[in-house]
Amino acid sequence: MASYSTNEFRGGLKVLLDGDPCIMLENEFVKPGKGQAFNRVKLRNLMTNRVWERTFKSGESLEAADVMEQDMEYLYSDGEFWHFMLTDGSFEQYAADAKAVGDTVKWLKEQDVYTVTLYNGAPLSVTPPNFVELEVVDTDPGMKGDTAQGGSKPATLSTGAVVNVPLFIVIGEVLKVDTRTGEYVNRVKSS
Amino acid sequence: MIESPVWQPTASRDALKSRAQQLAYVRGFFCERNVLEVETPVLGRHGVTDLNLDGIPADIRAGRVQGGWLQTSPEYPMKRLLAAGSGCIYQIARVFRNGERGRRHNPEFSMLEWYRVGMDDQALMTEVADLVCGWLGCERPAQLNYRQAVFESAGFDPMEISDDDLKRYCAQWLGPEQLAELSRNDCLDLVMSFAVEPGLGFERPVFITGYPAAQAALARVSQQQGHPVAHRFELYINGLELCNGYWELTDPEEQRQRFEADNQQRRLAGKPEMALDSAFMAALEAGLPECSGVALGLDRLLMLKMAAKTIEEVLAFPIERA
Repeated sequence: MASYSTNEFRGGLKVLLDGDPCIMLENEFVKPGKGQAFNRVKLRNLMTNRVWERTFKSGESLEAADVMEQDMEYLYSDGEFWHFMLTDGSFEQYAADAKAVGDTVKWLKEQDVYTVTLYNGAPLSVTPPNFVELEVVDTDPGMKGDTAQGGSKPATLSTGAVVNVPLFIVIGEVLKVDTRTGEYVNRVKSS
Repeated sequence: MIESPVWQPTASRDALKSRAQQLAYVRGFFCERNVLEVETPVLGRHGVTDLNLDGIPADIRAGRVQGGWLQTSPEYPMKRLLAAGSGCIYQIARVFRNGERGRRHNPEFSMLEWYRVGMDDQALMTEVADLVCGWLGCERPAQLNYRQAVFESAGFDPMEISDDDLKRYCAQWLGPEQLAELSRNDCLDLVMSFAVEPGLGFERPVFITGYPAAQAALARVSQQQGHPVAHRFELYINGLELCNGYWELTDPEEQRQRFEADNQQRRLAGKPEMALDSAFMAALEAGLPECSGVALGLDRLLMLKMAAKTIEEVLAFPIERA
């Protein structure tokens, strides 16, 4: 397996640290003029999503992690696995388990495209696009209280996600939602 | 992913202009003081033995000269000029150090190096302060002993602490396997970089003096409170290391021993040994006049002038765009 020496360190590098695949976020090089150089590195552990800060003496190296990010279309779930297909025309399919899908499950809509991170060829995590468009399947009619309560109410979307929406939203409307914050953005005009 | 080439400079036009003004200021400063500007080769036959300086090899093909190095500093050729009777000299040189890239490092950078015949380290520090404060308009530097600086920031005495205790202190940054690989000097450099330097020179610029003898490189050593210390100084402003100066070693025999010790450490560290620069050694034997010398990073001086956070803000083209 390839490895990276400290002088190849840079943001975005995928490496193995303590056996876990990590992505390098920041790399700070420090060196007193005539002294020993060190790299102080921030990495996100791709298994746990925790951010680690580590220091390396110049010349140390880290093993490369076989991690790839690929665009895939979400196909369906069989209850145990969520199935995705590469969008590069190869029709190659991957099955992600509940751990890999994680919280993204509430944003999964069939035929939408997600970023699937593969580690040693198997899905490690699934990242939704920043914005998704989903249909409201349940919400209060929203007639009452629109003056007193600041004007929001919960709405359940087709994927099961619940978001706060303005009182005028009704069942059947399609909403644009920011997946990073879980917040309502706007209504999508129905064509 | 294919990155499209970026042709634009990273420095603003203001920074380019300030760089030009800085060069003019430096030349004016030394002209007034009768210090002679010199130029020595950027491409040399020899590299340096310093454990922590990695040169960039050059594929020279020129008759008897086959192979060589881009210079990490103009020190040796300038000392040969001194030995030949040049008197006080300065140089604005491009120097090259492999593997050095970060917020404050670019593998190619501008170094201002100068030597003052007959001056000791204290007198040269005064001149450094004149040059730097005259350009930045900052307060004149305070002076702080290395021992005191480490004690104030890290809470231990670097001259007295045992190797084991020093490693225990460094365990806040490194794992046990990494620590096993570190020498005492490596540990002290780690402490300097992470615990001491980030806080140095914010209230006012500060000279750190009295380095442990093991970090002397080409400086004379004398006793201070029962410990051998190097006549070496560094100037820090806003947490940035700006220069490194010595009351120069003139004893060729001691110099040879230090080079050999360097090479021994290089061997242990798995780095290639470097051939001694025989012309430099011969010049030392012929006699280097009593002098002090200092090397100052001009890009960093400009960073301070421009209040820049990264070196690329003051470089037209950092290595990624070079």
